[in-house]
Amino acid sequence: MAKGMRDIKREIKSKQNTKQITKAMEMVAASRLRKAQEAAQASRPYAEKLKEVVASIAAGTRDVKHPMLETRPVKKTGYLVITSDRGLAGGYNANILRKVTLTIREKHKSSDEYVLFVIGRKGRDYFRRRNMPIVEEVTGLPDAPSFADIKAVANAAVKNFSEGAYDELYIYYNEFVNAITQIPTAVRLLPLEEVGGNTAVTSYEYEPSPEGVLEVLLPKYAETLIYSAVLDGKASEFGARMTAMGSATKNATKIINQLTLTYNRARQAAITQEISEIVAGANAQS
Amino acid sequence: MSSFLVEIVTPERKVYAETANMVSVSGVEGELGILPNHIPLVTPLRIAPVVIKRGNKVDVIAVNGGFIEVRRDKIVILAESAELSTDINIERAEAAKQRAQQRLAAKQDQIDFRRAELALQRAMNRLHVKQK
Repeated sequence: MAKGMRDIKREIKSKQNTKQITKAMEMVAASRLRKAQEAAQASRPYAEKLKEVVASIAAGTRDVKHPMLETRPVKKTGYLVITSDRGLAGGYNANILRKVTLTIREKHKSSDEYVLFVIGRKGRDYFRRRNMPIVEEVTGLPDAPSFADIKAVANAAVKNFSEGAYDELYIYYNEFVNAITQIPTAVRLLPLEEVGGNTAVTSYEYEPSPEGVLEVLLPKYAETLIYSAVLDGKASEFGARMTAMGSATKNATKIINQLTLTYNRARQAAITQEISEIVAGANAQS
Repeated sequence: MSSFLVEIVTPERKVYAETANMVSVSGVEGELGILPNHIPLVTPLRIAPVVIKRGNKVDVIAVNGGFIEVRRDKIVILAESAELSTDINIERAEAAKQRAQQRLAAKQDQIDFRRAELALQRAMNRLHVKQK
């Protein structure tokens, strides 16, 4: 009996260690989540302003022509997928990758019909294992990504579209709702939707010309949309990790309680047995 | 003296928001000095310092790759990056400048060349602002 008790004790100890780790990870994720949310908030004025200006150009001038606004017959599709570098974040990566894979399997017959841009090690490894065509990848993104960190991939995604490498570009990321809910979302980024909106149109002068300004603004606008998706993805990642680690901690507590109960029972049984042995021994002697 | 609100916004944060009397920038078509009640205008900017006068103070800000939106009572500059002279690390800018110059001297393919050119412009811009 004594040996069984030692085993249980060891198991309790090991569960306690695990619990400590998951608890720490939960707290780290919680503090990063706050920062990520703040970053997402801080990026909003820029995106909104840009949208406002683009919308007012689009509304103020008749038939603006720009390759990024034109819908072409779709021969090839680009997918930009945002995942995380590390796991232990619940269904964060699995959900988004499943969504992408399902769409691709449904829409395309061969791997010539699409290309992938991947952010995050998890996604890259996943697609690489399946031999899917990855054009550009970014890994090792810091927890608070700056615009410069994702500029290369955003730039490539936008440029390849204008050069006609593909005819539409979708962006897949986890939309952040709150710490326990993240929704895998697909957004068509290019060609840009009608950037309407009911902003009061100010009639601007454009230098050199409306088209010239649009030329500069639209790629920037698309890049900004990608950037805010990345920030949203980061916030989701930490939310997912926080929740996953929170429930891991809870499960560990439950297991520890159960084991402690079993341990105490075993201890009690051992004592009872010892007493009855002594009594039996004493009785035999007299 | 009449004044207006000047804001400089980057994707990461709002860098600057002050009430000012005059702004001078270099747009793609040339230098622009903007006073309050200017006609609404949008133009892309070159990589260059933006000079903002408020009262008897002058702020100089290194703005990289952006555009300016002018309204009668407000100016918004949207840029990929913008630094006040106190935020600029002179050694880093100096190092970036040399790196860019080396790359320009090496003269590889077109894209690299263009990128090095832009990097050099950014570095020069920062140094310029810092020295003012």
